[in-house]
Amino acid sequence: MRAPADFERSEDNGEAVLRFSGNLSLACLGDLPARLETVEGGVARLDLREVGRMDTVGAWVVHRFARDRGAKIEGLNADEQHLLDQVIAAEHPIQLPPPPQGSVTRALDEIGKAVINSGRTLYGLLGFMGATVLAFWHVITHPRRFRFNATVQRFEVVGVGALGIIGLMSFLIGIVIAQQGSVQLRQFGAEIYTINLLGRLTLRELGILMTAIMIAGRSGSAFAAQIGTMKLTEEIDAMRTIGVSPMEALVLPRVFAVVFMLPLLGFYASIISILGGGLLCWVDLGITPVTFIQRIREVVPLTDLWVGLVKAPVFGAIIAMAGCFHGMQVEGDAEQVGQRTTTAVVQAIFLVIVLDAFFAVFFTNVGWT
Amino acid sequence: MTDAARDDDREIIIRVRGLRNGFGEQIVHDGLDLDVRRGEILGVVGGSGTGKSVLMRSVIGLQSPLDGTVEVFGENTIGREETDAVDIRKRWGILFQGGALFSTLTVSENVQVPLKEYYPGLDQALLEEIAAYKVVMTGLPAEAGPKYPAELSGGMKKRAGLARALALDPELLFLDEPTAGLDPIGAAAFDELTASLQKTLGLTVFLITHDLDTLYAICDRVAVLADKRVIAVGTIPELLALDHPWIQEYFNGPRGRAAVAGPNRPVHEDKRG
Repeated sequence: MRAPADFERSEDNGEAVLRFSGNLSLACLGDLPARLETVEGGVARLDLREVGRMDTVGAWVVHRFARDRGAKIEGLNADEQHLLDQVIAAEHPIQLPPPPQGSVTRALDEIGKAVINSGRTLYGLLGFMGATVLAFWHVITHPRRFRFNATVQRFEVVGVGALGIIGLMSFLIGIVIAQQGSVQLRQFGAEIYTINLLGRLTLRELGILMTAIMIAGRSGSAFAAQIGTMKLTEEIDAMRTIGVSPMEALVLPRVFAVVFMLPLLGFYASIISILGGGLLCWVDLGITPVTFIQRIREVVPLTDLWVGLVKAPVFGAIIAMAGCFHGMQVEGDAEQVGQRTTTAVVQAIFLVIVLDAFFAVFFTNVGWT
Repeated sequence: MTDAARDDDREIIIRVRGLRNGFGEQIVHDGLDLDVRRGEILGVVGGSGTGKSVLMRSVIGLQSPLDGTVEVFGENTIGREETDAVDIRKRWGILFQGGALFSTLTVSENVQVPLKEYYPGLDQALLEEIAAYKVVMTGLPAEAGPKYPAELSGGMKKRAGLARALALDPELLFLDEPTAGLDPIGAAAFDELTASLQKTLGLTVFLITHDLDTLYAICDRVAVLADKRVIAVGTIPELLALDHPWIQEYFNGPRGRAAVAGPNRPVHEDKRG
């Protein structure tokens, strides 16, 4: 059953004949194609009488050789002839991929493509923000179109569901800030200023920023993946044909949820950070909780809280819109969902940090230092 | 219907015994038996949700049944690792419902995947040539080779999937609803293609279908799934002689009668009108 394919050259009436034997099938082919290449001189006939099983690959190899050398194939039974005919009928010139470009050209090509891509994405994102605002306006003028249940459900997924992980993260960050701060400040004998550092840093910057990054990773990615998958399975198209606007049904509830939840989560994260730092101050520096709280109230101005809370909804809107936008851009195949999800998270975090820098300069200039 | 297909002595390629499948509370198969003989085209029919695809997945080892045995080429396929049972895997080809092409590879590269996996010695030029003629053989235009699956229509994806399933010139071919979603002309051409490949390559075909025209045109025997098992296997006239209500309704319903009205007409003529 497993006789390997083989051939033997002989002369018959002054003509060169290749007599094949064994099975001309993929499993039994072995190095036959390579050995056929080494046959020299003209070959008039290929004799397949001794061949056992032949499959299309075997037929192709024989046909290719016969075609290139102008040989005749003989000794086929009806089935084998049919098989060979089918393979020959399917023959066509193969198109080879274009030759690779030089490395400089390729690098320039890729840079150009990346620039065009970034421009398009930015343009698209701006357009999407506009569309979201329009949808928002539409919902304000037609309040009955507001999807209350969907929004509340998102509140739970985005907000309540994130309490655990954000709490844990913030608690640890509070401890780290207090610990590192106290080590440095001890050199000046100013350990008590650890409380200033902790309170102001977390309320102003870190609480909101870390929460925004966590939500971008947790919810922004989920939005992109959910909407992207819905796009692939034509759910979005189905929605449109039924007369449901995906902007109203999918995007607005998600944007609302993140815009409302991010300030709350950011505040929660700041408080937990302060608790973590306070615990370290108590254990490590011997500052009692009462002193700690009193000191926090003295050194942290209320404007720090406002600085944090003003930024949060803006970050939230960026994260949600980046996620939804990239979800809506998915087309074609499953790989796109992954790509778009990654892009959504990277862009959201990048934009959040850029905006945070702008906010920092702005608040300093308006005197909220 | 060939006379040879009626021969009970022929080698049994797939042997399913006492198969029991379920998801949670829901039992899909219970005590299912099925034989598929060498060289036949076996059609598997059944209502929606009777577990036709689950049966196929159990046979090819993707679904671990709760109970029962499955043998393909005399070897157990249940619970085998992907890299295990290579001898069986080389001898079968599977066409999934949506084609299941690898989306990051072109059609031609998709066809080359099994070839490269099992025959790493083949040189690239030969691989390209093999992929090229396989693609054309399944009825795709030659230009489809360098395209990505996302650029193909549903019917073309199916043909590309078939080209990949046939890459190793298998002895056993599994087709999951190959004609679903194709236009009647495309479906008839697909039937013709399956029949002609079966004839030239001596294939055994396990064919899941809803398409009555396919059943009449190319199936040697038909297995009917109902009541969680195979209630009958036989040629269509044999099945018609049974008085099971589902079988009667299936073959004698309006669509069944339309299909039987023209079994002798050439398959490339649309029969549904």
